[in-house]
Amino acid sequence: MSTARHSPARSIAAHAVLIAYTIIALFPVFVIIVNSFKSRRAIFADPLALPTAETFDLVGYQTVLKQGDFLLYFQNSMIVTVGSLFLVLLFGAMAAFALSEYRFRGNSLMALYLALGIMIPIRLGTVAILQLMVASGLVNTLTALILVYTAQGLPLAVFILSEFMRGVSDDLKSAGRIDGLSEYTIFFRLVLPLVRPAMATVAVFTMIPIWNDLWFPLILAPSEATKTITLGSQVFIGQFVTNWNAVLAALGLAIVPVLVLYLIFSRQLIRGITAGAVK
Amino acid sequence: MTRTLRLALLASTVLGGAAAAQDVTLTIESWRNDDLQIWQDRIIPAFEEAHPGIKVNFAPTAPAEYNAVLNSKLDAGSAGDLITCRPFDASLELFNKGKLADLTGLAAMANFSEVAKSAWQTDDGSASFCVPMASVIHGFIYNKTAFDELDLTPPRTVDEFYAVLDRIKEDASYIPMAMGTADQWEAATMGYQNIGPTYWKGEEGRKALIEGSQTLTDDGWVEPLRQLARWKDYLGDGFEAQTYPDSQNLFTLGRAAIYPAGSWEIGVFTPQIEGAFEMGAFAPPVAAEGDTCYISDHTDIALGLNASSAHPEEAKKFLEWVGSPEFASLYANALPGFFALNATAVEMQDPLAREFVSWRETCEPTIRSTYQILSRGTPNLENETWNASANVITGAETPEDAAARLQEGLASWYEPQQN
Amino acid sequence: MAQRKPIRWHVVVFLAPAVLVYTAIMIVPLFGTLNLSLFNFDESGRVFVGLRNFATLFGDPRWSGAFWNALANNAWFFAVHMLVQNPVGVMLAALLSSPRLRMAAFYRTAIFIPTILSFVIVGFVWKLILSPIWGIAPGMLDAVGLKSLFAPWLGREGTALTTLALISVWQFVGIPMMLIYAALLSIPDEVIEAAELDGVTGWAQFWKIKLPLILPAIGIISILTFVGNFNAFDLIYVSQGALAGPNYATDILGTFLYRTFFGFQLQLGDPHMGATIATAMFGIILVGVCLYLFLIQTRLRRYQF
Repeated sequence: MSTARHSPARSIAAHAVLIAYTIIALFPVFVIIVNSFKSRRAIFADPLALPTAETFDLVGYQTVLKQGDFLLYFQNSMIVTVGSLFLVLLFGAMAAFALSEYRFRGNSLMALYLALGIMIPIRLGTVAILQLMVASGLVNTLTALILVYTAQGLPLAVFILSEFMRGVSDDLKSAGRIDGLSEYTIFFRLVLPLVRPAMATVAVFTMIPIWNDLWFPLILAPSEATKTITLGSQVFIGQFVTNWNAVLAALGLAIVPVLVLYLIFSRQLIRGITAGAVK
Repeated sequence: MTRTLRLALLASTVLGGAAAAQDVTLTIESWRNDDLQIWQDRIIPAFEEAHPGIKVNFAPTAPAEYNAVLNSKLDAGSAGDLITCRPFDASLELFNKGKLADLTGLAAMANFSEVAKSAWQTDDGSASFCVPMASVIHGFIYNKTAFDELDLTPPRTVDEFYAVLDRIKEDASYIPMAMGTADQWEAATMGYQNIGPTYWKGEEGRKALIEGSQTLTDDGWVEPLRQLARWKDYLGDGFEAQTYPDSQNLFTLGRAAIYPAGSWEIGVFTPQIEGAFEMGAFAPPVAAEGDTCYISDHTDIALGLNASSAHPEEAKKFLEWVGSPEFASLYANALPGFFALNATAVEMQDPLAREFVSWRETCEPTIRSTYQILSRGTPNLENETWNASANVITGAETPEDAAARLQEGLASWYEPQQN
Repeated sequence: MAQRKPIRWHVVVFLAPAVLVYTAIMIVPLFGTLNLSLFNFDESGRVFVGLRNFATLFGDPRWSGAFWNALANNAWFFAVHMLVQNPVGVMLAALLSSPRLRMAAFYRTAIFIPTILSFVIVGFVWKLILSPIWGIAPGMLDAVGLKSLFAPWLGREGTALTTLALISVWQFVGIPMMLIYAALLSIPDEVIEAAELDGVTGWAQFWKIKLPLILPAIGIISILTFVGNFNAFDLIYVSQGALAGPNYATDILGTFLYRTFFGFQLQLGDPHMGATIATAMFGIILVGVCLYLFLIQTRLRRYQF
């Protein structure tokens, strides 16, 4: 690799741009967290100041923790997100493999059929979905949410994964078949590991809307035992709309766990997304 | 991967969560998420104590989503046993579709006047489907401490009203009036429906509009919009992006002197002000001293029975209790600013709430003009009024243009207005 | 060879779970809804009305006015994303992928953070920052002597939609950044080295060598942005309400659909007209995706070879 032209000026400029953008990206989060630790009057008087000994106030957090079981909400969100993500990736990859690997009648029709869902918000089917869940007794269970999110995530997963799977070399699969491996083994052992980067991309795209969804938790599982963190904080904002201490604390509590999880997994995520680069 | 699997397994075992209780549990659907704590701490315990074996669960949704969520749940059959009723058409529609049970035969219905019941009856008044709970009154709440400081007295006439606003503006230590147009309903509800009855003469104008003998382009209906347009000069900087909570905070932090209000604010404001200043209230000002004053005393909230409830007997017991004087007193005092509709007079502790309710003696009460019948079609008059009220304040439309647009929209589907 | 192949059960097994879940929970309910667009209520109950609802949507000036307003706003919303989000995403990715950049992992992680926040949080915090009363934005502009530049952007008809689009860009710029970054890293080293031997470096190298190679990734991002924007709803709803104020200036197809389908405040939901709007949206997105697939993607492929 040549390293000849690496003027410090260019690198400083690059850092300047990136730092500037990082500040823009993090500033709102900073605002929420800082102000959630201040007393009501201090929030309004000087929203940008850090809490001092005088203005430091945990009243917001006290209200929140007294009111809602945020730990439970968080756990619900985790179960729903991880559960749906797992099913989307598994079912999506299987279907994508079938579509990209085998020639059968109706293949492209099936691909088109599975892609339809990208174009239309599943929210439109709400009433029918709710009827279905009522009929099967799944209302107010996390299973209902997992099923809906799985259905919602599948079209995009199949779409992206089948694109990638077409790029997996045939030689490898042929070699596997000559060795007498079953189609299932070829899929799970040979192909899946190769499309890991694509899987990570799909995981990001699938996970974010699920974690942040407000609508289906509201309709399908609004009970106290099944509330997700997003619904919990929305209810909270509604209830304490003028109590900004409480609202900011609730938002802070909703942000921090995701942030921690994201920081833990971001390395894997990046490695997943960029793994294809080191072919 | 194994970790994910284990979590998924854990999930499937945890999911059986909705356990059945031995007692009968009634669930109340409501948009009053502000009141959650009061229901949990005061109202429900009082009922459960008197009725062992029945548990009550108050499950509110945010007001903006309430209708959509409730309708979806009712259609699918997953709604709670007791349904908090919006006044007039929204609930009537549910009754006509068979979602709400007929409560005409409920003994507690005798505790309510015809006017109180009218918001939750069929058009001919033959069937009632919700037990009235409370009404709210519009007016203006002001910062008494600020008024004393500037040596102002609460205005009685429109001229005095603007004189007071001018004085506050001149002095510049307070924003004269705390209201924004970002949420639109604030302008319509706290503005238009607050001062409007004075100009369209309350029930007289409202009924004439329904009959078709007056139109929205008549002077009595355009004048409130003209008044709103004048308000612009007295609102805070950037009122276009000011939301309802912003307005509330401006007032409770003592930065604004006058707050165009609904009486429900009393319960919200009192604890937030924490005694930093004193509040007072005045009724919508009249054109000239001695004119009849009109107030919006709007039947706002009631409780109905889900027609497909699994426990109709227990739910009816709860409804009988809601219709009792005991509940009325409990509710009106727990939530000052929500005035009980029960025929038995309720003794209220809160002085500001007493001030609001005292206007019933001197002024003609009416309900919000857009609620009965006139919002049945598309375009919806209430929603259009939100938009029009905000528009005349920001100056996006002249009062006359806005009124003409409202009239045109109403006439497009409402027959009595079509000639 | 000519005889029919037996059923290959593994194909069925691979497809079945996805197809079943997807069909039962997404397609059947959705088509139930779309089907509603062909019906309406009259005195006798629900009747088949053919395309009359579409005639109302496009023929009645009130409905069509609202529809075209929402469509135009939506197009602008999409345009802002294409003009701001994707170029900024490409720029950030290009900077991040420059070799030997220190703290790249930190920047990458930080810039992606807004994407993981929910609309509830994003809507609330930006309203606070831009609030004329709370005063973070006006205060900051004041500090640099530009107070006069401040306006209640979210409350003005002329600026509200663009402001919201930029907030949405702020939230989602991490996605194009990440995907382009991955695409840039996957460019083989030999290609870059060859370019350097030819004396193509710096910006010239980016424009002439790298950009053409990442065009397919930009294509995928564009179509995802398109679909996402034309289905957008939450941000507008959370920050401006279902009436998409001021004066419908921020009304996009998603909010228009929500108001019509589920009703709002005193307005009762109209499932039939709602379904009609949904079908129209579906058509618009379908046309957009087909245009992309048949016009742009084929051309991109050709360009590559």
